[in-house]
Amino acid sequence: MSVQPLPAAGPARMPSAHLAVQTPAVRKGGVRIVDAVKIYGAQDAGILAVDHCTFDVPPGEITVIVGPSGCGKTTLLNAIAGFHSLSSGSIHLDDEMLCGRGKLKAEPGPDRIVVFQNGALFPWKTNIDNIAFGPIMQGRMSRAEAYDKARDMMADAGLRGIEQNYPGEISSGVRRRVEIVRALMNNPKILLLDEPYRALDSLTKSVMHEALLEIFYKNRVTIFFITHDLEEAIFLGHRVVIMTTRPCKPKKILDIDIPHPRDYSVLTTKRFREFMDETAAAVHEEAIKAFAAGEKER
Amino acid sequence: MNSIGATAMRAAAFITGEDFWRGIVAIIGFLLFWEVGSRSEAWFGFAFPWISQIPSPTAVAQEMLRLIQEPSFWVSAYLSTLRVFEGFFAAMLIGIPLGLAMAVSRTFYGITFPVFEVLRPIPPLAWVPASIIFWPTQELSIAFVTFLGAFFTIVINVIGGAQSIDVRYFQAARSMGSSTWDIFRRIILPGVLPSIVVGATVGVGITWAVVVAAEMISGGGSAGSMGGAAGGGLGFFIWNSYVGGSYTQIVAGMIGIGIAGYMSSAILRKVGELMTPWLAED
Amino acid sequence: MTETELNELRGLNVGRAVISDSGYQATSLALSMYRLAQWLRSPRPYLMLIGFAGFLGFWYLSVEVWKLPRFAEMPGPTQVLREWFSTDPTYGLSIFVEEYYLHIWVSTRRIAIAFFLATAIGVPLGLFLGCCQSFKKNAFPVFELLRPVPPLAWVPLAIVMFRGSETPVIFLTFLASFYATALNTMLGVESIDVSYVRAASCLGAKRWQVFRHVIVPGALPFIFTGLQISVGVAWFSLVAGEMVSGQYGLGYVINTSYTMVRYPTIIIGMVTLGIVGYVTSAAIHFLGDYMMQWRTRELALGGDR
Repeated sequence: MSVQPLPAAGPARMPSAHLAVQTPAVRKGGVRIVDAVKIYGAQDAGILAVDHCTFDVPPGEITVIVGPSGCGKTTLLNAIAGFHSLSSGSIHLDDEMLCGRGKLKAEPGPDRIVVFQNGALFPWKTNIDNIAFGPIMQGRMSRAEAYDKARDMMADAGLRGIEQNYPGEISSGVRRRVEIVRALMNNPKILLLDEPYRALDSLTKSVMHEALLEIFYKNRVTIFFITHDLEEAIFLGHRVVIMTTRPCKPKKILDIDIPHPRDYSVLTTKRFREFMDETAAAVHEEAIKAFAAGEKER
Repeated sequence: MNSIGATAMRAAAFITGEDFWRGIVAIIGFLLFWEVGSRSEAWFGFAFPWISQIPSPTAVAQEMLRLIQEPSFWVSAYLSTLRVFEGFFAAMLIGIPLGLAMAVSRTFYGITFPVFEVLRPIPPLAWVPASIIFWPTQELSIAFVTFLGAFFTIVINVIGGAQSIDVRYFQAARSMGSSTWDIFRRIILPGVLPSIVVGATVGVGITWAVVVAAEMISGGGSAGSMGGAAGGGLGFFIWNSYVGGSYTQIVAGMIGIGIAGYMSSAILRKVGELMTPWLAED
Repeated sequence: MTETELNELRGLNVGRAVISDSGYQATSLALSMYRLAQWLRSPRPYLMLIGFAGFLGFWYLSVEVWKLPRFAEMPGPTQVLREWFSTDPTYGLSIFVEEYYLHIWVSTRRIAIAFFLATAIGVPLGLFLGCCQSFKKNAFPVFELLRPVPPLAWVPLAIVMFRGSETPVIFLTFLASFYATALNTMLGVESIDVSYVRAASCLGAKRWQVFRHVIVPGALPFIFTGLQISVGVAWFSLVAGEMVSGQYGLGYVINTSYTMVRYPTIIIGMVTLGIVGYVTSAAIHFLGDYMMQWRTRELALGGDR
C-alpha cells in the first residue's frame, strides 16, 4: 500500500466554484491567519508577542516563516496547533474556524500535527510503536492494520531495520524522519514544523532538507515551517514570510518561483542568489534589532 | 525597587492569589474532618476507626497555647535543636571535604567508596547500641548517630554535584592559565554548592528524624531503656506524654517538632539561595 | 553498550554508525564477560580490596590487638565472624540458627507490606497531584502540612490509634515510604517535557490515553528513584519502630542484644540489616532497569543529544 501522489508540479489550486464534483479525500490544509494578536500575561501590561498578523498559508504548498529567535513565530504555530490561545483575531483552516471570536483556543487534533524543535518521539516506545500511535489512539485502525501501514511507511522513507529500536538508540537526524513519518501516518491536512532541524549539523541538515522535499512530493501535504535560517527557507519554500522581531508581524512575503522538484544544486543558481539578495537585508535588519533587545529564547 | 519592597509585594500577591486561599480552604477542611472524626463517638454514637482515638484539634490547640508558656517545653525544644545542629554541622564539616576528596581523586574514591556504600544501607538507629558502647557520654553517642544520619546523604550529594560539573569549565579555566588551587576555589566549590544545599536540606530532615528517634529510644523504649533518663528533648517529651497518658500533649509535641523541622529546612534553603545567587530565576 | 565497546567486540574500525545493516546486538552474556574483564584490568577491584582491608584491619587492630581505650569495649571482627558462622553460637544467633532467619523474615515482611501499601497509594496519588492542577492545589497543602513530622514522632499516636503491636510499626514504615514515593512521583510527572503531551494530543489521544501512554511512562524514572529512596526510608523507620515497640525483627535483635550484653550479636544484626537493605534496594533498581528498557539502552549508548 502506498500513498497516492496527487497531480504534481506547481502549487495545488482550490477547485473552481462551478465544478460541483466533490473531489474525494483531497487534503487541502490552507490556513488563513486574520489579524492575530497574542499578549502574554495581563492584557494591559503583558508582553505583546504577535502584533496584528495577517497572512495566508496556501494549501498543498510549503510556507516558511523566517524570523529572529523569540519573535513570536512559535506562538503562531502553537495557536494554529491549539496549544495557545489568541488574544484576538482568528485562524481558519480551509472553511473551518479554528479559533477566533468566541473560541480563542483551537483544539489540538490530527489534522494539524506538529513536529517539535527538540523532537517529541516518545522515548519509552519503540520507533514502530511511535509511528503506529496516532491511528490506534484515534481508533481509526486496528493494531494489525496500523502496524502494517507503519512498516510500509517506514520502508518507504528508507527507515527499514530500526522498527524495534528505541528513539534513544538512533541518531537525531533519523529521529526527525521517524517523527515526520509518525505525523504522516495520520493524513494530516497541514504539517507544522517548529525549527525541526535547528539542532542538527549542517551536513545532516542538507540531507534532511532533501528528505523532507521527497516526502512532500509523495504526499503533497501543506507544510508550515518555522526557521531562523534564510537559506533553508528559500530552498524549501514555495512562499517565504519574513517576520519582524517581537512583536512579530509579516515584514515581507515572497513567492519563490524556483521550480519544484528542487535539489541541492538549486543553491548555486542565479535565481536563488537573487532571492537571497532581496531578503538578506531585511532579515539582517531584524536580527540586529533582536540582538539589541537581548532576546531570551522562549 | 529594593529587595524588601519586592518581597513584600510578592508576599502580598501570594496571599491574595487563588492558590493561597485554596490551600487555606483545604487545610480548614482537613481540620474540620479531624474535629468531627475525633468527636465521632460522642456525636454519632459510633467511633470512626482510627481517628476517634486522636484528640480533637481544639483540644490540641488549647494544649499548645498552654505549652508555649511553659519553660520546660522550650528547654526540650532547645535541647533537640541543639542536638540537630551539632550532628548536622559535624556531618557537613566532615562530609563535604570527604566528598570533595572522593570526587577529585579516583584513587581515593576507589579505596573509600566501596566501604562507604557497604556501611550506608545500615539505618542510623541501628548504630545506637554500638555508639553507646563506644562513646563515653550519652550526648556524644546520640550526636554520633545524628551525625551518621546526615553524613551519608551529604557525601553522596557532594560527589554527585562534583561529578556533574561540566568538564568544559575545567578546560576553560586551564586554557586561561588557572592553577589547581584556583580551579578548586573558583570552579569546583561553586559548582558543588547547589548539590551541597540540596544534600543539606534533605540531611537536616533526616537529622531531625534521628534525633527524635534517639531521644525516644534512650528516654524509654518498651524493649528496655538504654542508659536511663536521657537529657530531655522533644522526642523524650512526646514519649513521656504517652507514658503519662496525656494524648493532647503527644499531638502538641508532634506539631512542635514538625514546625521546628520545617523551619530548619526553610532556613537552610534560604541560606542556600543566598549563597548561590546565580541560580535564581529572574 | 558504547560505540567503542561494540566496535571492539566486532573488531571493526571505529566510525560506523551504531545501527548497522546487520543489526548486530551482542548477547548479554558476552557483554557481561567483557565488562568483567575490563573491570579486572582496571585498578578498581584492587583499590576496593585496599579499602576493605584498611577498614577491617583498623577495626581488628584497634579492638583486639592494641586494645585502644574506647575500642576495647567493642566486639572485634574475629569475634563477630566466629559468632556469626558458628554452629553453636554463644549468644544464640548465627547463620545456622533458625531464629536468625525468623527475625529477618519478620522485618522483611513488615517492609514488604508497608512498601507495597505505600506504593499502591503513593504512586497514583503522586500521578494525580502531578497532572491535575486543581487537585494539587487542594490536596498538596494538607500533604505538606503533615510531612515535616518525623516518622518516629508518630509512634505514640500510632500506638494510641491502632490496636495490636504490628500495625503501629507497619503504619510508621508506611508513612515514611508513602511521602517519599508520592513526592517523587509528583515531581516525575512535573518533569515531563510538555512537548510529549502536546505531541500526543496532536496525534489524537484523549486525556486518559495521554495519561496512560505519556504521563505514566514519562514519570517512571522519577518513580523508581522515589521507590529506592522509599525503601531506604522504610528500613530507617522500621528499625526505629522495632526498637521502640516490637517483638522479633532485626531492630529488636539489636536492641535486646545490647540490653542483654551480647555485643557481637549487635554487630551481626547491623551487618544483616545492611545486607538485607542493600538487597531490597538493588532489587528495585533491577526492576526499574527492566521496566525502563529504553533508558538502559540509551544510557549504554551514551545518548545522542
